[in-house]
Amino acid sequence: MKNSYSFSSKAAYLFLAPAVISILIFFFIPVIAAFLMSFTDFDIYALGSFHTVRFIGLKNYSQLFDDPLFWLSLQNTGYYVVLATPICIAVSLGAALLLNSKLIKYKGIFRLSYFIPYITTLVAVAIVWRFIYHPKFGILNYFLGLFGINPADWLGDPNLAMPAIVLMSVWKTFGYNMIIFIAGLQNIPEDLYEAASIEGANEWHKFKAITIPMLAPTTLFVSIVTIVGYFQLFAEPYIMTQGGPLNKTLSIVGYMYQEGFRWWNMGYSASISFVLFFIILIVTILQFKLQKSHLA
Amino acid sequence: MKKILLYIFLVVSSIATLIPFLWMISASFMPDGKASVYPPVFFPTEIVLDQYVHLLTRLSVARSLLNSIILSTMVTFFSLFFNSMAGYAFAKYRFAGKSKLFNLLLVNMIVPSQVTMLPLFLMLKSIGLINTYMAILVTGLANIFGIFLIRQHCMAIPDSLIEAAKIDGATDFQVYRKIILPLAVPVLVTLGIITFLGTWNDFLWPLIALTDDSMYTLPVALSSLMLEHTRDPELMMAGSVITIIPVVVVFLVLQRYYIKGIMLGGVKE
Repeated sequence: MKNSYSFSSKAAYLFLAPAVISILIFFFIPVIAAFLMSFTDFDIYALGSFHTVRFIGLKNYSQLFDDPLFWLSLQNTGYYVVLATPICIAVSLGAALLLNSKLIKYKGIFRLSYFIPYITTLVAVAIVWRFIYHPKFGILNYFLGLFGINPADWLGDPNLAMPAIVLMSVWKTFGYNMIIFIAGLQNIPEDLYEAASIEGANEWHKFKAITIPMLAPTTLFVSIVTIVGYFQLFAEPYIMTQGGPLNKTLSIVGYMYQEGFRWWNMGYSASISFVLFFIILIVTILQFKLQKSHLA
Repeated sequence: MKKILLYIFLVVSSIATLIPFLWMISASFMPDGKASVYPPVFFPTEIVLDQYVHLLTRLSVARSLLNSIILSTMVTFFSLFFNSMAGYAFAKYRFAGKSKLFNLLLVNMIVPSQVTMLPLFLMLKSIGLINTYMAILVTGLANIFGIFLIRQHCMAIPDSLIEAAKIDGATDFQVYRKIILPLAVPVLVTLGIITFLGTWNDFLWPLIALTDDSMYTLPVALSSLMLEHTRDPELMMAGSVITIIPVVVVFLVLQRYYIKGIMLGGVKE
């Protein structure tokens, strides 16, 4: 870097201009506008003429506080995140451990089959799963029937719809976390395990005393990415349940979409989007705090 | 013994993971009604292309396929161009406000994109860009993750290479075009495939910004078809195959680069 001063800064600004200007116009300005909008009564009439918009202070937020549907969407999304995250982490760690085993050959092909769901189009696989969950003809009930389990109306039963979405989401995303875990496992020095073996530790002890602590930073990273992603739940319920039955799969983003782009209550919708932002911000800050305390 | 059990487990779980795709492909080649039977049929007794023909000729899925190809290619091309210039500038130039600007751009990573969608919709509507390719393109022109990835890569390029070219009379843009870009090909491929797949699979913003079915991308077209064809699994499975096959092919060809991108911690849904 020592000679970089010889490169003119005028050229630097020219190189930066296209990217920075487009991020400014199509990201920063909308974020600020959304923040301002969340303090207005922007609705379907305002779409016609902007000057009917009025500032109403915190009214949208106080209305959210009293809105049972909003609380339900928050509760549904929270339930989904709390249920799906640990399952996803456990499955992806399990898959990573299996594929990291020295006993196994042809790892590439197994890794590929676990990973494929992650890169495929969410909307398309949600449609596939909607038919898999079909109460009469779905293949899930058929397979469960082979084990003597009674058929269920997965997406039609208010108590099963969200767990069914969780199962599909875990299937869709665990491959990503698995890849990160495999990289994390390969970074653990081999001699730690050798030393433990010499002292007579069995596999379970080694897993508890070496793998788990050495993998902690990876697990933290994976958890945060998973949680932040899961909080943005939208397409799965949109395609599979339309938020039903009894609004039991209405998510935060689903409610935001419904208020903003179906009923055109855009001011109110903007305040929902900021609650989502706030939640994600807290999760992210928590990550930085935890990372720091881990390094210290 | 342990080894055999491991293999059995791996094979069974791999097949279980792939079953949704296998069933999807198989059902897509069945005539109407053949996938709505109990017990389910896993292999078509006769293979027909009716569903594909129907989708591509009578429903406007061919147009959606074209929209998806054009949009994903355009977004990939422009974002690689914009991000690579900015990444190079951050790696190799000194200028006032450099670290401040970079930190400001990092905000781009924390704020969920849903926050921008309401004002963006109004903005684009007021200048007549809703329901055009531009509505999708403008949101994908540049992003901090891409800039960051390219910056990291460019920092490893020795200054002496750049200086030698300058002494030979190359302009700043020629250095970027003739030296930096060729050396950055691996990271450009990584970023390119991530962007392509991300744009292809994206749903919420295209659902909002593309309002006419002639402009739909495949995911939006599928979600709209689903409203009328809840009882036609064969047709919907053919639609899903058309949507998924291109991304799987692109991924399989460039797998190595994609996995590298994941390791760098950057693939977000």
